[in-house]
Amino acid sequence: MAGWGPGVPGPEDVVSSGPWDGVWRVGGGVGGPGNPLWAVRLDPDAGHPAPRPPVVEAGADGSAPGSQGIGTSPVRPDGALKVRGEFAFSSDLWADDMLWGATLRSPHPSATIRSVDVTAALAVPGVYAVLTSADVPGDRYYGLEVADQPVLAVDEVCYRGEPVAVVAADHPETARRAAARIVVDYAVREPVTDPEVALAAGRLVRHVPIRKGDPAAAAEVVVVGEYRVGMQDQAFLGPESGLAVPAEDGGVELYVATQWLHADQRQVAAALGLPAELVRLSLAGVGGAFGAREDLSMQVHACLLALRTGRPVKMVYGREESFVGHVHRHPAVLRYEHGATRDGELVYVRARILLDGGAYTSTTPAVVANAASLGVGPYRVPNVTVDAYGVHTNNPPCGAMRGFGAVQACFGYESQMDRLAEAVGLDPVELRVRNALAEGGTMPTGQVVRGPAPVARLLELVRDRPAPPPVGAELWQLPGGMANTTAPEQVVRGVGYAVGIKNVCFSEGFDDYATARVRLELIGGEPTALVHTAAAEVGQGLVTVQAQIARTELGVERVVVATADTAVGSAGSSSASRQTYMTGGAVRAACRAVRAALITRLAGGRAGATDDGGGRVDEGGPELAGGALRDAAGRVLGTLVDLLAAGPVEETVRWRHRPTRSLDPVTGQGDAHVQYAFAAHRATVDVDPELGLVRVVEIATAQDVGRAINPQAVVGQIQGGTAQGLGLALMEELQVVDGVIRNPSFTDYLIPTVLDVPPMAVDVLELADPDAPYGLRGVGEPPTISATPAIVAAIRAATGVPLARVPVRPEHLTGTG
Amino acid sequence: MDFLQPESWAEALAVRAAYPEALPVAGGTDVMVELNFARRRPPALLDLGRVAELADWGGEDGLLRLGAGVPYRRIVTELAGRVPGLAMAARTVGSPQIRNRGTVGGNLGSASPAGDALPPLLATGALVELASVRGVRRVPVAGFCTGPKRSVLAPDELIAAVLLPAERGPEQFAKIGTRNAMVIAVCSFALALRPADRTVGTGIGSAAPTPVRAVAAEELLAAELPWASRAELPDPLVRRFGELVAAAASPIDDVRGTAAYRRHALGVLAGRAVRRAWTEHRREGGAG
Ligand SMILES: Cc1cc2nc3c(=O)[nH]c(=O)nc-3n(C[C@H](O)[C@H](O)[C@H](O)COP(=O)(O)OP(=O)(O)OC[C@H]3O[C@@H](n4cnc5c(N)ncnc54)[C@H](O)[C@@H]3O)c2cc1C
Repeated sequence: MAGWGPGVPGPEDVVSSGPWDGVWRVGGGVGGPGNPLWAVRLDPDAGHPAPRPPVVEAGADGSAPGSQGIGTSPVRPDGALKVRGEFAFSSDLWADDMLWGATLRSPHPSATIRSVDVTAALAVPGVYAVLTSADVPGDRYYGLEVADQPVLAVDEVCYRGEPVAVVAADHPETARRAAARIVVDYAVREPVTDPEVALAAGRLVRHVPIRKGDPAAAAEVVVVGEYRVGMQDQAFLGPESGLAVPAEDGGVELYVATQWLHADQRQVAAALGLPAELVRLSLAGVGGAFGAREDLSMQVHACLLALRTGRPVKMVYGREESFVGHVHRHPAVLRYEHGATRDGELVYVRARILLDGGAYTSTTPAVVANAASLGVGPYRVPNVTVDAYGVHTNNPPCGAMRGFGAVQACFGYESQMDRLAEAVGLDPVELRVRNALAEGGTMPTGQVVRGPAPVARLLELVRDRPAPPPVGAELWQLPGGMANTTAPEQVVRGVGYAVGIKNVCFSEGFDDYATARVRLELIGGEPTALVHTAAAEVGQGLVTVQAQIARTELGVERVVVATADTAVGSAGSSSASRQTYMTGGAVRAACRAVRAALITRLAGGRAGATDDGGGRVDEGGPELAGGALRDAAGRVLGTLVDLLAAGPVEETVRWRHRPTRSLDPVTGQGDAHVQYAFAAHRATVDVDPELGLVRVVEIATAQDVGRAINPQAVVGQIQGGTAQGLGLALMEELQVVDGVIRNPSFTDYLIPTVLDVPPMAVDVLELADPDAPYGLRGVGEPPTISATPAIVAAIRAATGVPLARVPVRPEHLTGTG
Repeated sequence: MDFLQPESWAEALAVRAAYPEALPVAGGTDVMVELNFARRRPPALLDLGRVAELADWGGEDGLLRLGAGVPYRRIVTELAGRVPGLAMAARTVGSPQIRNRGTVGGNLGSASPAGDALPPLLATGALVELASVRGVRRVPVAGFCTGPKRSVLAPDELIAAVLLPAERGPEQFAKIGTRNAMVIAVCSFALALRPADRTVGTGIGSAAPTPVRAVAAEELLAAELPWASRAELPDPLVRRFGELVAAAASPIDDVRGTAAYRRHALGVLAGRAVRRAWTEHRREGGAG
């Protein structure tokens, strides 16, 4: 990428023919650095965005652009369908002659398999195939980072729920009954379920040390604490599901709900022993993801059964099965020591973070790196010693979940910051502000924070919000809600604060890119853009965002976003808060390549005067606006109708963010992250201390999003992420005892209801990141991270109970644990 | 799976006798969950939704007769004055959707120790009317459940109604859950004061294999409440009552809570319930 600035796609990234526009105009037109920041003040009672400042995105001729470009909130195509219950999810897929797949799973967390006898299952009328690991034609192991997870158990099982065999039958009930008739002879082993024991036994997945400054630094004030985070589940509502259809060329088409079509394709093809082009994936309706669809579930199984039977095969997990069918958030034990001056200035942080990765590797290595590199939070700390470990146990596998290592660390360091504030006699916000990281500051990894880092400002924004109303008198306003437990005089109130940091995009030198194909053509005489990517719409609104970018860049109103599939290059995962940044960046680049091609076409096929010869279009060169190519003064150089009369223009661009580096394995030093994102929360809670019941009264939150491409979606992410953080604070935990999930249902895995999620006051800052498309910052994860510690801090403030574990249970508050 | 839909009570009883293996379904809010989770695969369902006799309530010999098929929503909107404890419990059940469908008959049929209708029925000394082609019998709620998800209901019987005694007085119900709505009780407590005959009824949910009464606690209050003077409640009496309620439970540790918490919370709920009920009693008597 030499010769190209950060974030600027190099010429080698232009996959298709056609000249490359290549211009990276920071903040293109709007939202650039130096743009005044603004805040969306949400009326917590109204619950929807106040009118935002008008986006003046003047075309060169001074005309306002279309109403549906970036910075607006067009109606989502899936919105009304979902509200009406008419949206087709992956579990609704249907083919007339299809069979149903079912999975036999291990009842033991750890066992050797002596034998598997499928005879009785095959004898069940209506059964078409029963497959075990012996029937896997290609690689028998898969994995996102390390291929260590068996497609179907090979000689042993390492967690309860591990797939052992799969069945295809003409009815789902028949398939399940047949699966139950498979006889597996297990020699049960003692499971390893304690991560400390696993670490001592050498079952290490990854150790990430971070060393900065003086490891022996001493301080006047020292606080030490140990914290625990339980196993949270993503709790998506749409279970793992999909439909595999055998193809005439010997390949297979898979329609599936996933986060990353190409990662699935790579792993499925390897397991099937087929070249990737014979395994074609299309995104089916995704019923939530949050990280849980990054690893494979039924993908290979359905394809195996389809290829074996020659019939389409549908698989849909049941709810209980789903809880063992995907990875969870790593439970963690975090030990922290913070040293500070008497004035509350941090001198050092020492931390040991232990993450239970469960039976297989999944994304544990990256989660460990996040926990380590973000382990002291968004603070200036001169001396840092962090050791984060991920281990293998026989617990359910853990992997990606919104916040990805940053969530666990934040509960540790923010709990510590409150204790430190108390120890030095400072207000918790004041202590944080004194130590807040800022633009140009240095992370414990040595990485200098480029672009705005308004940590102090975010804290001040939530602190300065008016306080919510006093304790309510209605039942639903009180702890315990409608259950009639608590009267207003039995309530104490507390307020707590937290701020968090998250990396956006893939880190540590990963070759992270997204591909977009944009085609501009006349349909019915009207210029129409077709945007095609493989990026997974998982409910976050990405389809809308892609169309908005195309409208802004191409100056057309009609945009069609094609279904995501593997007919176009990889978009990378809808994770790491990266997809608007990455696929948004790719769509923008592809649109600009289209513009460059039009400029060439305008110049009669020769490179135009504004083309600098390197495929780049200069700032101030022709723009697409209002259906025409216009010069800087807004004069029409050529209408799209005329320019496209000769045929469509199509460009495909593979787009990368600026490169990152790996972390030094000994010191943990290195520019490992692309972008940092920050959010702060203030939580106000009412607690009934005698019963240990909590009601969150209000949450004020502030986040810098760089540029709100779709303000409504931004606010939705902030509200949803905060609710998920609330869940971890108060109720969401998979209770795993001896490797067995005790509460695999929504009866006992509780997620917040409308009576648990309070009104939220949201401040959105738009401080452009000079490296990012439009200056945007990933928004999906930060709100989840600091919501949890803010709520726990508020409960501590209300009750004085030194809570050190989430979720907080009534037992912890009443000493009856 | 067969779906049997009798149009009348007589027909329902006949079908029940003929197909005892058919699973009765009222609101379906427990049955459908069991079917979804494949915990049950009955050969047939016996839908009681068309039996008008089950969907009514009315007076009978001074008793309130509540048809087994009356949904919680109607108990809340139509009967809050007449059976306040049961109405308070009904208000805590599930969500609006569940309250629209779910019934007291179904709650009894499931015989879960966590069934929220059962503690107030225990506290008020309600009877369950069971019917079959053989005849009709009435059993006290206290004798209806025999264990977790087990009851005295015979294979050919249906639950016709519950009968609530005529006596009136202050009633309370509260339940603990780990979220503020849509939650199965970690534990619950119901109280009924009967000033006219100076008796006290209690019911404890989710803290024993079946819903249970706290008999010693009832006796304590009946004997020591200052019924006549309507004087303020002595703190030691409230405390002792809470202790006896907690002692009457035999809770376990499970995913919803620890035994220690359940005992503790029952003591607190009992104390709060008696204070609220006594405040109401004093207010009605013109005191306090
Ligand atoms: C989301 C959700 C939330 C819930 N929340 C609560 C809660 O907060 N509190 C609570 O107590 N329960 C709760 N429940 C459980 C359920 O709603 C209640 O137990 C309800 O009372 C069941 O009534 P139903 O009419 O739906 O019963 P059904 O599901 O129709 O039947 C339940 C059982 O009773 C039997 N039965 C029904 N009617 C008769 C009859 N007339 N004669 C003989 N047998 C009969 C059935 O065969 C079955 O075994 C919840 C359920 C769900 C799905």
